[in-house]
Amino acid sequence: MVAVQSRLDRLVRPTFGRHLLFALAAAVVLLLLSSQIGAYDDYNLTAVAIFAVAAAGLNLLTGLNGQLSLGHGALMAIGAYTASLLLKDHHQFPVIVVLLAAVLSTGVIGIGFGYAAARLRGPYLAGATLTLAVAIPQVATRYKSIFGGESGLTVAPSSPPDWLGADFPPERWLAWIAFAAAIVTMVLLANLLRGAPGRAFKAVRDNEAAAALAGINVARTQVLAFVVSAACAGLAGALLAYWTGVTAPAGFTLALSLQLITAIVIGGLGSLAGAVWGSLVLVFVPLLTSGMASRLSLPSSVADNLPLAIYGGILVIAMLVAPHGIQGALRRILAYGRARWGNTPGGGQKGVVDWDDPAPDT
Amino acid sequence: MKSVMGGNALRIRAIAILCLAGLLAACGTSGDSSSGTNTASAPGITATTITIGSTQPLTGRAAPGYSEISPSSNAYFNYVNDHGGINGRKITYYYYDDGYNPTNTASLTRKLILEDKVFAMFSALGTPTHLAVVDYINSQKVPDLFVSSGCNCWNDVSNHPYTFGWQPDYTIEGKILGQYIQKSLGGKKVGYFYQNDEFGTDGVKGLDAQLGASSVPDASRQNYVPTNTNIGPQIAALKASGAEVVVSFSIPAFTALALLGAAKLGYHPIWVVSNVGSDVTTLTGLLKNFSKGAVGGALLGGMVTDAYLPLTGDSANPWISLFKGIHDKYVSNLPWDANVLYGMAQAYTFVQAMKAAGRNPTRASFVKALETTKLSGGPGLAPLGFSSSNHLGFLGVQIYTIAADGTQTTTGPVYTSSDSGPISQYSGSASTPPANGIP
Amino acid sequence: MSRFFVLTLNGVTQGAIYAAMALALVMIWRATKVINFAQGAMAMFTTYLAVFAIEHGTPYWVGFLVALVSGLLLGAIVERVIVRPVESAPALNVVILTLGLLLFLEALAPMAFGGQIRSFPPAFSIVGLRLGTSQVPFSPFDLFTLGSVVAVMLLLLVLFQKTDLGLRMRASAFNPEVSRLLGIRVGRMLTLGWALASLVGALAGVLIAPSLLLYPTFMDDVLVFGFTGAVLGGLDSAVGAVVGGLLMGFALTYVGGYFGSDLETVGALVILIAVLMVRPSGLFSVQRVRQV
Repeated sequence: MVAVQSRLDRLVRPTFGRHLLFALAAAVVLLLLSSQIGAYDDYNLTAVAIFAVAAAGLNLLTGLNGQLSLGHGALMAIGAYTASLLLKDHHQFPVIVVLLAAVLSTGVIGIGFGYAAARLRGPYLAGATLTLAVAIPQVATRYKSIFGGESGLTVAPSSPPDWLGADFPPERWLAWIAFAAAIVTMVLLANLLRGAPGRAFKAVRDNEAAAALAGINVARTQVLAFVVSAACAGLAGALLAYWTGVTAPAGFTLALSLQLITAIVIGGLGSLAGAVWGSLVLVFVPLLTSGMASRLSLPSSVADNLPLAIYGGILVIAMLVAPHGIQGALRRILAYGRARWGNTPGGGQKGVVDWDDPAPDT
Repeated sequence: MKSVMGGNALRIRAIAILCLAGLLAACGTSGDSSSGTNTASAPGITATTITIGSTQPLTGRAAPGYSEISPSSNAYFNYVNDHGGINGRKITYYYYDDGYNPTNTASLTRKLILEDKVFAMFSALGTPTHLAVVDYINSQKVPDLFVSSGCNCWNDVSNHPYTFGWQPDYTIEGKILGQYIQKSLGGKKVGYFYQNDEFGTDGVKGLDAQLGASSVPDASRQNYVPTNTNIGPQIAALKASGAEVVVSFSIPAFTALALLGAAKLGYHPIWVVSNVGSDVTTLTGLLKNFSKGAVGGALLGGMVTDAYLPLTGDSANPWISLFKGIHDKYVSNLPWDANVLYGMAQAYTFVQAMKAAGRNPTRASFVKALETTKLSGGPGLAPLGFSSSNHLGFLGVQIYTIAADGTQTTTGPVYTSSDSGPISQYSGSASTPPANGIP
Repeated sequence: MSRFFVLTLNGVTQGAIYAAMALALVMIWRATKVINFAQGAMAMFTTYLAVFAIEHGTPYWVGFLVALVSGLLLGAIVERVIVRPVESAPALNVVILTLGLLLFLEALAPMAFGGQIRSFPPAFSIVGLRLGTSQVPFSPFDLFTLGSVVAVMLLLLVLFQKTDLGLRMRASAFNPEVSRLLGIRVGRMLTLGWALASLVGALAGVLIAPSLLLYPTFMDDVLVFGFTGAVLGGLDSAVGAVVGGLLMGFALTYVGGYFGSDLETVGALVILIAVLMVRPSGLFSVQRVRQV
């Protein structure tokens, strides 16, 4: 018994340590980066971090646990409205309190919806979550006095603490908060995935009956996956409230939920790094094409819609050309490089921390 | 680390002289309107260009109709540029597609201000979308001109001194429409059909202030959300409540849907529609295909609405011939309708304001000039309300009716009001455009 | 006329619309196990083609035919060119593919036809029928809509259950490998499945456009509620699709009529969850319920 225990310890602790080291390295890099670039770039990187948090949770749910959710935009809305209600009428709360409250409220709702949807599979779950996505914003419109109706609730930006100096740009402060949230989320998720729950998620995805036979409580696993992903979405939603400055139904349409799914598939389904790649695409592709309408001298109906056509085209082509997303493509390039120029065949030490799940079976 | 002392000293002296010269130049030209040269007096203004920016719904649910506004403004700016620009500066107008999503608005506004370094925001469209950025824009001290929304939230001089409205606010419009109903449709039962956001609720506030809230019972107040086009139940409820006059604060699509829904029920009240939803071109286009079974353009007949700009169908009006000419030359792919007129009239007001601000304004001096100069001679039927205490745009409207064949006829004078004050008749007269169409 | 009666008629006409979309989605699901999120956008595009023809002088029924034929062709092309290559990829990839197609079509339509709102002519009068002295909110056009949807459902049932072609299509969906061994051209059956589904979608588009007005995103809600209706009824059943779509129409109208139009989707959510908790694969599903 003791031998097993100590062997387990030796297995788990280095992983956690490795994750922490990686997190620290990432934190340092991001800190330096954000200080070098301008406020506008800080602002955009904040958006990447926010979507990465939501996408990471969704990737756990959909990529690793196999539950397709088309409603995570609505869960982000719950987090955003929680934050906005706390900060309503210029109430002051420390950022960490607001973020934790959002995580809690969305997590609780995640438990409720998770249990209701625990028996649903595939397109049926997709349909249920789709309806969630269109219903939640309507609650805000209905209860106008609480949620502000169509104009929504304004959120005052979080001002940097005094010890950072009077000239510290608020965009950089928010970027630091978002980076911290993203790193913490990634570390926690990575640990979860390396442990028993992570194995249970994948087991249920791959073969539910076999997992049940092996002693895994399927319902609890499904609900746990849903709650964890909901908590991530809630955290992202609260950060989004700070970032946008207003929380209104128009910001949480079905399109947001679909964008999150797009992000995780383009980035690489089932991998935490894929969440980051997908968020980069989500934030920067529209920005790069946004100037087209007013700068190209095409008739307005063409110029207006060209960015959207390009985005749609990219999605279609990406699926035809890179079915495992960016992370899959990178892995293939890495494997090709290793096969071509690497020395140790078969196995060998991984020099870089590999958070990623081996590519899901096709 | 060897440094040539002599060379260094010379370089330092040269730099100092240049700095001094630059300082003198800046001091000499800030706010000085009599100097004859253009300088880069503010971010977004160079010797040869003025750059302004906007966020607009160019795609998505809100795009039909509204996506015409920004290219129309741009068409007027191109017209001005082709005639020499403002003081020899060309206007560059960047308008970005936010898809009516405040998340995108937040990002694109920062792109305009931090990256494109626009001099001012212009014509930003939408209430929830602009609420996301109004605090930020003011904190950056960027002029936020002529927000394309009739919400009275843009008239907040103490918190948002750089933000200005343009179109008449919905409450004022509601009051003037209510006054018309009292004068010309008195005694008839009234019902409301309104969009369930502050466009509709502010309009209803104005109507209630004028007609008295108790005169319109709850059953006669029906609202809709733009995301749900099934309004059959609401129209049926209005019919059941016996309303003979229906005031509609609706966007054009929903005005048409309401008319069609009413026709389906054989219900023909008198429709009093907000200027937001009564564009004749759009409505006739939306109704023309329903000519079977005596439905169609005939539905428009007798519609009452209001305007603060000349009527799009009034081809004899010199403003209309000016703007239509520009439309035909620069944006002929767009239909000629109220959205195009709106965009061009807004652009005209901007050029007026730019000229009033002097040759080399700063952002602050521009705002000051807008508050103190009485911009007159523009296409508006009512005066603009800009002052140091009021950032509302047009202060009133004029009632007009639409005939079955689409002819628009004004009735009565122009009225002005404020959110809480009385309605007064405007005694000024309509102006004609300058010879070349540039203020 | 009682409120309930008005709302019921409204529910029927709305429901017929969602039923048609649900039918198209179920057909593609049964054929290829794919949820075609672009179905609404494809129907929008074929409707634009129809209105283009009509505005250039062709009579209404020619435009109607243009919509149906282009639907057939569009479905076939999409399956063959875009969906077939990703058949073996993870299931979610096809979802993203159809989403990309949706965005692309929603951008292409205004580029080709202009983005302003248009009206689409109805096949028959939209003025409500007269019943004695009162006007019922149910028009000849509503009757045509409901009748067309039911007729299409019956035709499809006959096709799938009674004809040889239908049998081959069902076999290809059920077990492609064995079907190939039996000599069935599985690829052709899949393409035909998508083509027919797209035809149904195109029909839905021209039936709905008069009351929704035509603009690039006008089919978005129809897709959402059609999908919900299909899920409600069970994705494996054509009858389920129609019943589910009609139920959605009723649910939305009653909730909207009695509680306010801004609670409609919340009502739909509650009803859907309630049904799925009891029958996780929809009302008419034939699959065995997984015990959890």
